[in-house]
Amino acid sequence: MAITREDVLHVAALAQLELSEAEIARLTEELNDILAAVGKVSELDLSDVPPTSHPLSVVNVFRPDVPRPSLPLDDAFANAPERDGDLFRVPPTGAAEESFE
Amino acid sequence: MIDTLRLTAEEARALLERGDVSGAELRAAYREAIDARNEELNCFLTLVDGDDNDGVPIALKDVISTKGVRTTAGSKILGEYVPVFDSTVADRCKAAGLQLLGKTNTDEFAMGSSTENSAYGPSRNPWDPTRVPGGSGGGSAAAVSAGLAPWALGSDTGGSIKQPSALCGNVGLRPTYGTVSRYGIVAFASSLDQVGPVTKNVRDNALLYGIISGRDDCDSTTVEVPPVELPEAEDLKGLRIGVPKELNEAEGIETGVAEAVRRAIDLCAELGAKVGECELPRSVEYGLPCYYLIAPAEASSNLARYDGVRYGLRIPADNYYEMVARTRDAGFGDEPKRRLMLGT
Repeated sequence: MAITREDVLHVAALAQLELSEAEIARLTEELNDILAAVGKVSELDLSDVPPTSHPLSVVNVFRPDVPRPSLPLDDAFANAPERDGDLFRVPPTGAAEESFE
Repeated sequence: MIDTLRLTAEEARALLERGDVSGAELRAAYREAIDARNEELNCFLTLVDGDDNDGVPIALKDVISTKGVRTTAGSKILGEYVPVFDSTVADRCKAAGLQLLGKTNTDEFAMGSSTENSAYGPSRNPWDPTRVPGGSGGGSAAAVSAGLAPWALGSDTGGSIKQPSALCGNVGLRPTYGTVSRYGIVAFASSLDQVGPVTKNVRDNALLYGIISGRDDCDSTTVEVPPVELPEAEDLKGLRIGVPKELNEAEGIETGVAEAVRRAIDLCAELGAKVGECELPRSVEYGLPCYYLIAPAEASSNLARYDGVRYGLRIPADNYYEMVARTRDAGFGDEPKRRLMLGT
């Protein structure tokens, strides 16, 4: 099952990456190589191997729900590229000519 | 005169306790060493000028969030990012009185084995600067071996503590998953990520592991850890060591490396440890393919947060979706892109 240019473009859209033509060509080749190498695991019959999520037997770690102060707003916005009052400001999600204003 | 090349963290602590040196003097000694060699080795991405603490200095890999100190994860997308909170491990180092020297270089988002994938240039091996220090935690390992820090913390997803420590000749421990909190660590592959100490010797390693390990309310994967015992003697009686034959007999292993490992095994036996051969069936053959399925898939999910909205780089565009895609294209280097593509 070879990865095509169309597959790369589809996955790039899902991963929200805008790739250059050179990157698309390179990644098409690299993804094929990597997938061929990791495809090895499908040789194994793992039907009787239980899934592992943690090496220690940790189950349902709960703590009491104690209210405490959350991050102050100014801290939450400290690294924001663009702040608008108590909101993160972003460009419009619709067509470019639409606007919030 | 403080010989930072040889001073262990434990010895540094003893010097402080006896009042032979002050915390400021100790810090100054490391800063002098950093000034002398960091330009060549590129171990530190950010240096911290002063600290409220005056204990033993420490360097932290730049995926470990430090309040008020830039934390880049070796990526341009976090180039200006200054955390507003401390990771649990940074907090525990502070509580133990350790003073922060700075943040060390890493492959971008800890993705790599040579530190060459850092957006801030490669680190170099202090034993031979024409060679790599390993990675992703090459900055921490090189800093400790070059005497630019008495000890450091790294993070390990697929070898990023152990491998650079091996290449730089120090002691790196990847603790058992769940023994050290990942709260405040720039997430790469959450079911594999683990923080651990990089030190000159085993006692320092045990000391630092004792400081950072244990249950943390902010990371539900963590467990209580029994008090860490510092090794008191070179006697290894009572210890059983398994040598996986797949690893030391693996194809492609350098003769010098295989011999060094064999010498270490012989030494363990001489010191009283019971050494036996064991098997890790399929580990060498299938370990890396498994890693390349698990880690990129989790990275795809973890790195979705870098969207130019709440923090990190933003490349402006007229449209939200275009802004996100341009930001990620400009902010991520080749390796994260490759892994995101693979994992998505």
